[in-house]
Amino acid sequence: MKTCKALIIGGSAGSLDVLFKVLPALRIDIPFPIIIVLHRKQGTDSLLSGLLSSKTALIVKEIEEKENILSGTIYVVPSDYHLLIEKDLTFSLDYSEKVNYSRPSIDVTFQSAAEIYSDDLVCLLLSGSNADGVNGLITVKNYGGETAVQDPVTAQVEYMPAQAILRANVDRVLKIEEIADYINLLG
Amino acid sequence: MPYSAAINDEQVEVLITDVLEQYGYDFTGYSRASLKRRLLRLFGLDKQVSFAEFRYKIGNDSTYFKRFVEQITVNVTEMFRDPAFYKALREKVLPKLGTYPFIRIWLAGCSTGEEVYSMAIVLKELNLLHKSLIYATDINPTVLEKAAQGMFPLSQMKQYSENYIASGGTKDFSSYYSANYSLAKFDNELKTKMIFSTHNLVSDHSFNEFQLILCRNVLIYFDRDLQFKVLQLFDNSLENLGYLALGTKETTDFSPISKRYKRLETEKIWRKLSDENL
Ligand SMILES: C[S@@+](CC[C@H](N)C(=O)[O-])C[C@H]1O[C@@H](n2cnc3c(N)ncnc32)[C@H](O)[C@@H]1O
Repeated sequence: MKTCKALIIGGSAGSLDVLFKVLPALRIDIPFPIIIVLHRKQGTDSLLSGLLSSKTALIVKEIEEKENILSGTIYVVPSDYHLLIEKDLTFSLDYSEKVNYSRPSIDVTFQSAAEIYSDDLVCLLLSGSNADGVNGLITVKNYGGETAVQDPVTAQVEYMPAQAILRANVDRVLKIEEIADYINLLG
Repeated sequence: MPYSAAINDEQVEVLITDVLEQYGYDFTGYSRASLKRRLLRLFGLDKQVSFAEFRYKIGNDSTYFKRFVEQITVNVTEMFRDPAFYKALREKVLPKLGTYPFIRIWLAGCSTGEEVYSMAIVLKELNLLHKSLIYATDINPTVLEKAAQGMFPLSQMKQYSENYIASGGTKDFSSYYSANYSLAKFDNELKTKMIFSTHNLVSDHSFNEFQLILCRNVLIYFDRDLQFKVLQLFDNSLENLGYLALGTKETTDFSPISKRYKRLETEKIWRKLSDENL
């Protein structure tokens, strides 16, 4: 079993539906934090956490800066900030330049988390129409972490996971219905 | 090679110590994740080849040190960012302050000034600009020079105009600037009530008493201890019943000053209680 101290899920266009299918099937005693980085419109934060929360018994919360990262909690990155992770396992928010036309950028969080969790990190990239997240997955692998993507065939927009498969030498390619089982077996 | 191999955590600490000893700039309370990311970015941008050379240049070339400060602080900003916040300023905060004979505002960490001009526009529309004074400060002198010019990329104006309207503005936003090639030059009238000055929140003291202090998206770069220290500085610089405004993700909660402040429902705006109310 892959040791996992944090799971980060990145996604863009077409990922919300995947999360809606995956969240209800997650076990409620997940022994690590799940951090979700989604591209979306500004100012829709509470709506998103609310929607995700309605799909799971796990606590879903929008990240507050300098908050302690707790296991068994699903964290949603607020719109218009990048998320970084500090060595003392707290969150930092950052309002620097967009990366890949995106803020939050998936690359930024994957890379920051890789430095902190190194080989105890698992990152999963879902559907989307740009390549944000792909460089991040490469970094995660360099640090010995595990990488997974949604099977592009099952993605509403295949570009993002397809790019990852091409460039990041990913460990796992998962159909939507396989994702929850995969996560439930991490520990 | 992992992307961060160029500078490791210990080397980040070495640079922080160097800069404190040689220039008196204290970054010890800054969030390391962001600081390290900015250092790596600068290292890459300037095609540095080794940490030793990078360190030498920062420590011995004061022109390069200026660039260092510019680049490791994050200067991204917008006009009327978070329209709901400006709406609350316009409808709840400024009308209260409008009853005072004179309004002193401190905008700390103003970056290139987009926030300062937004504030001046709201004050003007409420007919309060003539009796207001906005002290706009930042650690970085280069952004302040830009701010004083009041020229922003024309390409941003569509977005800013939308923000302005969403914040409750009813004028034609383009009436506040004239287009000059690729730049929008904001009216000189807006500038008459702005004072720009460098001020380092870490090491400089309170310099006046204000009725309104805005410091948005600066505290996110500080660790909790430094945040508390800076909030204390704001508390010392704010009159009773004055207002303190932070960024959408920042808070006075958990800090020692929180008990003297009452939050305005939804926005990140707090009012300082008068002594009787404590
Ligand atoms: C992300 S910008 C925020 C700009 C604007 N307030 C906004 O919210 O759009 C952060 C600003 O804080 C400034 N800053 C960083 N450290 C500072 C310090 N110690 N004292 C004063 N300003 C500082 C930076 O130079 C930068 O201009």
